[in-house]
Parts: sequence; structure tokens; C-alpha cells
Amino acid sequence: MEYLPQLLFAVALVIGIGYFARNVKKLMRNIKLGRAMDVSDNKSQRWKNMTMIALGQSKMVKRPIAGFLHVVVYVGFVVINIEVLEIIIDGLTGKHRVFSSAGSIYGFLIGTFEILAVLVFVSVVIFWLRRNVIKLKRFLSSEMKGWPKSDGNMILYFEMVLMTLFLVMNATDLKFQAMDSGNIISQYITPWFSNFSEHSIHLIERSAWWFHILGILVFLNYLYFSKHLHILLAFPNTYYGKLTPKGQFENNEAVTKEVKMMMDPNVDPFAAPPEGAEAAVPAKFGASDVQDLSWVNLLNAYTCTECGRCTSECPANQTGKALSPRKIMMDTRDRLEEVGKNIDSNKGSFKDDGKQLLGDYITNEELWACTSCNACVEACPVSIDPLNIIMQMRQYLVMEQSAAPMELNNMMTNIENNGAPWPYNQMDRLNWKNE
Amino acid sequence: MSELLKVPTMAEFMAAGKQPEVLFWVGCAGSFDDRAKKITKAFVKLLNKANVEFAVLGTEESCTGDPAKRSGNEFLFQMQAVTNIEVMNAYEIKKIVTACPHCFNTIKNEYPELGGNYEVMHHTQFLKTLLSEGRLTIEGGQYKGKRITFHDPCYLGRANQVYEAPRDLIRKLDAELVEMKSCKSRGLCCGAGGAQMFKEPEKGNKDINVERTEQALETKPQIIAAGCPFCNTMMTDGVKNKEKENDVAVMDIAELIANAQDL
Repeated sequence: MEYLPQLLFAVALVIGIGYFARNVKKLMRNIKLGRAMDVSDNKSQRWKNMTMIALGQSKMVKRPIAGFLHVVVYVGFVVINIEVLEIIIDGLTGKHRVFSSAGSIYGFLIGTFEILAVLVFVSVVIFWLRRNVIKLKRFLSSEMKGWPKSDGNMILYFEMVLMTLFLVMNATDLKFQAMDSGNIISQYITPWFSNFSEHSIHLIERSAWWFHILGILVFLNYLYFSKHLHILLAFPNTYYGKLTPKGQFENNEAVTKEVKMMMDPNVDPFAAPPEGAEAAVPAKFGASDVQDLSWVNLLNAYTCTECGRCTSECPANQTGKALSPRKIMMDTRDRLEEVGKNIDSNKGSFKDDGKQLLGDYITNEELWACTSCNACVEACPVSIDPLNIIMQMRQYLVMEQSAAPMELNNMMTNIENNGAPWPYNQMDRLNWKNE
Repeated sequence: MSELLKVPTMAEFMAAGKQPEVLFWVGCAGSFDDRAKKITKAFVKLLNKANVEFAVLGTEESCTGDPAKRSGNEFLFQMQAVTNIEVMNAYEIKKIVTACPHCFNTIKNEYPELGGNYEVMHHTQFLKTLLSEGRLTIEGGQYKGKRITFHDPCYLGRANQVYEAPRDLIRKLDAELVEMKSCKSRGLCCGAGGAQMFKEPEKGNKDINVERTEQALETKPQIIAAGCPFCNTMMTDGVKNKEKENDVAVMDIAELIANAQDL
């Protein structure tokens, strides 16, 4: 009986972490459904990017208000979680505040956590106001209706509750208050409970302690189902982010092979294919579904936290077109989840469900509205590249389906015939000199 | 034309057994578009004035393939690229300058993987070098104190991080450089990129070039400076849409400098 709380704690911990680990495995499997892509180059630059952009939040602060509040929540989250270590040790050993023997250092740490808890709470309330009262435009787009909206608020509620529980836990811990070190905020909350008996206060303290740690475990498991995955994936995502100039679009190797063959005068067009080549499936040009995209595209999709900075900078979106880069990322993730579930329910292999990313999620109209201006890529605080997905899908539309808008087909015919997007003769290219 | 432009071709250089200092990649707009041809000529005047030994490919030049690639026709793009690279490698081209950010970006970033490795400069970078080397001088003259705002071309700015060269040139004109609320890395697209130039815009509530022109007009400029023939067209149309064509001129940086020199 004496060990029951410890036992319960251990069980909660194993279930909480175990279920999360299971979902992380699923997440990694889903990401690996993407096309292979070599990103083993330039490790030092990649580490630098991760340190600056994810750890250092360098792109978050481009928008000062949201950026500042985000840094507060981020630092608070990371630092306060040091406390979780103590809670876990306490929970497993049945001790109480095992680190408190460290004396003034302990007081300093807890004092810091308390201040951060208040700052996080205030920031989160402001975030909530921005979403629900001030109603910033980028949180109201059509793709943000329903689950994405409640998801955003849910995360904020979680954080408010966790921070409150932390402070209440400290405030009702009379032994901790008696130490009078580190209770920099909670000492002002303690008086609220002055009418309670010592026993009730102890009960409140125990409840707050339990709900705090259980809340953290639930929140951890909520991540997989939420846009909030970015707190973990921002790190690998910034590491694997694009290093080449933004204007340099990927070279399609499958096409290069074809072009080289066409340009090679030694190739016999009527030659029989080499032994065994008949069975090879011809390369598919571009992407119509998530499996055609690269695994980095798919990692991008899971990393997106739907902040909408991309969409608010998008010239097409600003002028009322159907395109929203954020929606491209959300659609990619939704479809990937659908494909993942399909694989789960079909014993590990994907069964054609008659759906695909193109058409069922992302429309041609969205794809053709893009000006390829890179504003979305520039705006993303965690190095997501929606433009790369758009371009792969355009490739599929044009090279597999010949489904470009008519004017673009004319333009391409001109380039093919006379080396310019307009119907001018190549032989007239230098006429300007004498005009 | 009062004086004749000196525009030698690569073929002529080759015949004379010489290599030019730089290849001027004119681009399709610069060759065929009436407005862009003026930019081409202004730039050539500056090259002539600075005694730069340059050459053009002339009839051997062909579209870089940028609009094809951005439309999704990777096949056509690579055919264009490989053909152009073959021509340029045969002439042993080392250095290229162009007044079109799309050509600039494509040749600089996307040709290397297909076998074309060149030093590529945008004409604003090249002009800046000529100035710093003392081969060209600018007298502010007619633009002194004029309010000029610069519209960043996406494929020069965000795509390749070139923000200062065009601005430095405007400052050299003794003009007052006024920035739009979204400029440099946050500059709004003119609406022409990604092959939009060649198609009608998708359904929306406004044209992108009008939106961008409104941002430019907020700075109360006398001149909207551009560094891209497509941006130039889009902004010119935007200014007309706002019925401001009598008050606000849209001009390429090369034209501003050539005019300042009375060329």
C-alpha cells in the first residue's frame, strides 16, 4: 500500500512515454514514405542553421511581438521542464523535492521557474487573445476552420493549466513555503488558501503535483495529433532545410537522364532495351501524391505549426487567390496521415484508395496561382519550403498530364519552336541593335 | 539613333581570335519586348561608354528555360539549358552579365548541375563594379533630390540575396531613395514570376501588380526603379491602372544611369 503512489507513477510514466514512442515510430515511418533525398552534405552549415533558426529563434523575431512572446514561452517551456526531472525522481522514489537539499541554488532555480511560469502564462493569454479576440487575419483563413482552430486553442489551454498547476503546487507546499527560498511568486498565492485546513492544503498540493505531471504526459502524447509537433521537429527540419540559394530549384534527375539520352548522337533510338530493363517502371515526373514528394517535404509537413506567416506574405493569397502555402503544408500532412492509416489497417502495405494529394486535397487552381516568389519560404520561421512541393506538382501536371493552362502551353510551344516565350523568330534576336 | 551602338557578337570575337571581357546575355524580353529593348540599349550605351569589351550571342542565344521550368516543364527547361550551355561552352564563356534577374538566376544557379559553370552578374552588380573601378562615373544631375523607390525583383532579392547593388546605384544619383513598407527580403512580388507573365492571373479580388504598385505609390515617388524587365512591365501596367502615368515613371536602373550621363 505504501508503494502504491510510486507504482501508479511508474505505470503512468511507462504508458505516457511508451505511447508517445509508438507514435514517433509511426511518424518516422510515414516520413520515410517519401522519395529518398541526399542531405548529408555541408554538416557544419546545417548545424549552424539549426542552432540559429531553431535554438536561437532567429526568424521568429522578424515579427517582433509574436517573436518576443514566442521566445518567452519557448525559454519558459525548456527551463521549467528541468523541474520535471525532479518530479520524476520524486515520483519514482517516493521522496519529496529531492533536489531541495541544494539549498540556495535550489531556491534560485525554482524562483526562476516561477517567474518564467508567470511570463509564459501571460504570453499564452496574449496569444489566445490574438487568436480569439483581436482575430488576426492569418488565424482566420478558410483552412483554419474546425480542428486547426480548436487545436491552436487547446495548446494554449494546456499551457495555461500546466503553468497554473505548477504555481499552485508550489503555493500549497507548506514545507517549501517554510523554506522561504524560491517562492518568489507562489508566496503571494499561498494566502489564497489560508482558510483551508492543513490537510486540505496538502491534498491540493498532491493533486496539483499529480495533475501537473499527468498533464505533461498527456500533452506529450497530444503532440502527435497536433500542429504542436514543431517543438520537436523544428530542430531536424532546420537542420535538413535548403542550403542553396532560394532561386535554385531542384534539378529533376529523371529528366536529365532522358535529355542526355536524347542529345547523345550515339544512342540508337530503335535499340532493344537491355536485358531486364523491360520490367522497370518508367520514372514518374513530378508529384501527384505524398509518396512522390521527398522525405524532407514530408518532414516539412509534420513540422508546420500553421502560424500562417507564409500565407500572409504570399502575393497570390494577399490578392484573393485560392493559393495558401500553409494549406499546401496542411494538406500534405493530412494526406500523409491518411496514407499512414491506410497502411496500418492493411497490414503494412498501402492499398489504393482512389485518392491522391493532387485534386483531392490541392487543386490545380491553387498550384497555378503561385508566382514562385519565395516569400513563403523566406517567411517560414522553421525552414519549411512549400514552393518546392508546388513545383513538383506542377511538373506532374505538365509532364504527366499535359494539363497546363492554355496560355502556358502556347508559351512553351514558342520556346520549343523559336527559343523565346513569344512567337518571334530567333533570327531576329539582335534586331534591337539597329532599331 | 544618333550614334551607333557597338554590339559585337561572340561569333565576331571568335573570328578575330579574341575573347571578350564579358558576355552580355540579353534575354528574350531584352531582345523582343519594346519596353525592355530600351533597357538593353541603355545598358549597352553604358558598356560602350566604359569601354567594356563585351559580346552578345545574338541569334545564337535562346530562352534560358526559366518560364518552362517554373511552369513545370522540366523537360523543355533542360533541353534549353543543355543547348545554351553547349553554345557557351564552345565559346569558352567565363563571365556573363544580364539585365534580367530570371536569366541571372537560372544561369547562375541551375546551369551548373547541367554542365554550365560561369561567373554570372546582374547588370546592377556589374555597373557597380564599373563605378568602383573608376571605369564609369555618375553625375547625379537630372535625378538629384528626386524621390525614387526601388522594387526588389524576387529572383534578384530573395532568390539571390542581391539587395544593395541597385540601391547603391540609386544613391550615387544623389536621389532620395525611399523604401516601400515591404522591401528587400519582404518585397512583394510584381506578379510576373513563375511564368505568370504569360498567363492570365487565377481568380482573385485584385491583380498582384496593382497591389504592389499601390505600395510603391504610398512612398510618393517620382520614379519607381526596377531591375527586371518583367517587373518593369507589371509596374508600368500598375501605374497606368492607377492613372498615375503622368506623375510617376517606371524605369530600369540602367536607364537612370544612362540618362544621368546624357547618353
